[in-house]
Amino acid sequence: MSAIAMTAIPTEGFTPPGPGDFNLPPVGYTQETAPTFEFLGQTMYLGVTKPMIQLALSVVLIFAFFYYASRKRAMVPGKLQYMGEAGYGMVRNSLARDNIGSHDFMRFVPFLVSMFFFILVNNYFGLIPMVQLPSTSRSGVAYALAIIAWAVYNWVGITKHGFIGYLKHQTVPAGVHGPVLALLIPLEFFSNIVVRPVTLALRLFANMFAGHILLLLFALGGEYLIAEMGGVYIGAGLVSFVMFMLICVLEMLVMFLQAYVFVLLTAMYIAGAIADEH
Amino acid sequence: MLGYGVATIGPGLAVGLIFAAYINGVARQPESQGRLQPIAILGFALAEALAIIGIALAFVLGA
Repeated sequence: MSAIAMTAIPTEGFTPPGPGDFNLPPVGYTQETAPTFEFLGQTMYLGVTKPMIQLALSVVLIFAFFYYASRKRAMVPGKLQYMGEAGYGMVRNSLARDNIGSHDFMRFVPFLVSMFFFILVNNYFGLIPMVQLPSTSRSGVAYALAIIAWAVYNWVGITKHGFIGYLKHQTVPAGVHGPVLALLIPLEFFSNIVVRPVTLALRLFANMFAGHILLLLFALGGEYLIAEMGGVYIGAGLVSFVMFMLICVLEMLVMFLQAYVFVLLTAMYIAGAIADEH
Repeated sequence: MLGYGVATIGPGLAVGLIFAAYINGVARQPESQGRLQPIAILGFALAEALAIIGIALAFVLGA
């Protein structure tokens, strides 16, 4: 389909955005002068890249927000304190307490709150002008976050049930006996221990990546249609820009939802790991 | 990438069905929203995971 559309265009000068647009050279270098190193057979850039700065900046922003929101601790909250309380309360009540249960949810609240706001801010970097790159659209960030979540829910499960007990708890479904177990245990192990962190990371990464590539496509395509093609294509370019704005609104929703889903699933996995029985 | 477009039909239908069932449930029994919402979002995330694995594979195999 796209090949047919491409041949209809008289000048084939438009290069659609691809995964390469996310692999920015380190700050202060261009693509040619950047130092590189070999890692697992891939050539990688050596240096401080834009997502790294964004990750550090997000920590500073979240710290400043909660520091100033909680500094006064007035009985009648001001605007900033209200925002802080609302954000914290949402994660604590609807994510942590409703999933983990009111008995021992409190010790996971700091972890879940920091994870939620870290992912949220890093997602929204994709829409802030001049930044325009969600740091979670780099797969390494998503993998790291998923490994942290995986380590936490396995760790609390192992400390509660013991290593063998935890493995039994996660792989043997209750009320199943006999030869069916030979089929179910590998399946449960695969889905609970292996697939969970992979889907957790890929969901966050691929949503951010796909959404951002869609934005790039409509912005660059619209700009190309108007600036390079001209004439009757200006109308199509304007439509493309309208689509860009509509997808920006959709992305605002998706970015929030992905942070929410990530933390919701983490809370559910923790709840499953510390549950007494099925 | 064209195949990926076709492959999204399945997860798309699944996500639609999950939220249809969720909306139906809440419309019939509004007080059950708190209990149904995490289940709906969990189901949505699981159905969506198939589409996500698809896009990852499209890039891995396409490269």
